Amino acid sequence: MQTEWTIRAISRAMLPVLLVLTLVEIGSGLVLSSFEAELLRSPSLLVLVPVTIGTAGNLGSILAARLSTAFHLGTLSFDPGDDALIGNAAATVGLAGTVFPLIGLGAWGLAELTAGASLSPLTVVFIAVTSGLTLAVLAVFVTFTATYAAYRFELDPDDVVIPVVTNVCDVLGVVVLFGVVVLVL
Amino acid sequence: MTVREVAVAAYREGLPALAASAVGGLLAGVVLGGMRAEFRAVPGLLALVPALLATRGNVYGSLGARLATGLHQGLVAPELRGADARLYRAVAAAILNGLLASGVAAVAAFLTLLALGKDVAPVWVLLAIALLAGLLSGIVLSVTVVAVVFAGYRRGYNPDTLVGPIVTTAGDIFGVAFLLLAVRTVLYAAGVG
Repeated sequence: MQTEWTIRAISRAMLPVLLVLTLVEIGSGLVLSSFEAELLRSPSLLVLVPVTIGTAGNLGSILAARLSTAFHLGTLSFDPGDDALIGNAAATVGLAGTVFPLIGLGAWGLAELTAGASLSPLTVVFIAVTSGLTLAVLAVFVTFTATYAAYRFELDPDDVVIPVVTNVCDVLGVVVLFGVVVLVL
Repeated sequence: MTVREVAVAAYREGLPALAASAVGGLLAGVVLGGMRAEFRAVPGLLALVPALLATRGNVYGSLGARLATGLHQGLVAPELRGADARLYRAVAAAILNGLLASGVAAVAAFLTLLALGKDVAPVWVLLAIALLAGLLSGIVLSVTVVAVVFAGYRRGYNPDTLVGPIVTTAGDIFGVAFLLLAVRTVLYAAGVG
């Protein structure tokens, strides 16, 4: 259904989901503040926060958009051996494997230039890559599950899957980064 | 298509947008990295960061998608001079909803941290920071989204594919930049900074 272009109608369509997502994100903020001391001690880690969250969300939303299109075109079947599923999953992991080493190096370099990095570049790259690959695998599972659920409940994956996947991946981004930092440091 | 062909096509299509938003995320990170003094001065502020950044993406991503659909349907014309009242209402709704979500985020973060027995700044400090940052970044992001969607549409790009990466990138950068400005303003006004 088409939303009317009035402030009231737009707000009515947007606010409930927006407020639920805001509360979910407060959850990830609480995880973040639980390792605030480590983050404030190491500028490289603080630099990693928005980019890790954002990239995790983007990996999920790119995959969701592709699966949704394949679903509409009828080229997707929910069979574990499906070519479109495996190919897209492989591309997601491949994208993470390409981008996260550069993100780690970039975060260390920028922290070193601006605040003075306290961690070694190797540590920061290791944290970025481990978090990134873990997040890619999780993004694949979350997106497959959400797309399959949309299909089973006969919802249009375009409307539901992308916002759900993006925000779930945001939260997972913080949780995974936290886990990896605790394991490594 | 074979698995390999699917994977290569998906990889090629995804890489530019992912790389561009990663650059934006790193720049946002640099601002965040420079805010350590502010995070120490306002306990609880860090817990707000994901919610505030996500609100920018959710609200202005939705504004961009709405404008893109409106252009496709001929509901809005891609020009500012003599623009339709629909455009102004859509922008006003986005900014209002963004402010509401930012305010709710500030109060929710305050109450949760308080309940957990954590150190947290007074609720009005967090609320003032969230609202000021939400207003400033809302104005700039609305202008950015409208400009990009209109310019892209006039040059023959599909606005739907432009909106996602641009909102994530601009939302991250403006989101933290105005957060920093808002924290400094509120601390200054409170006579702390």
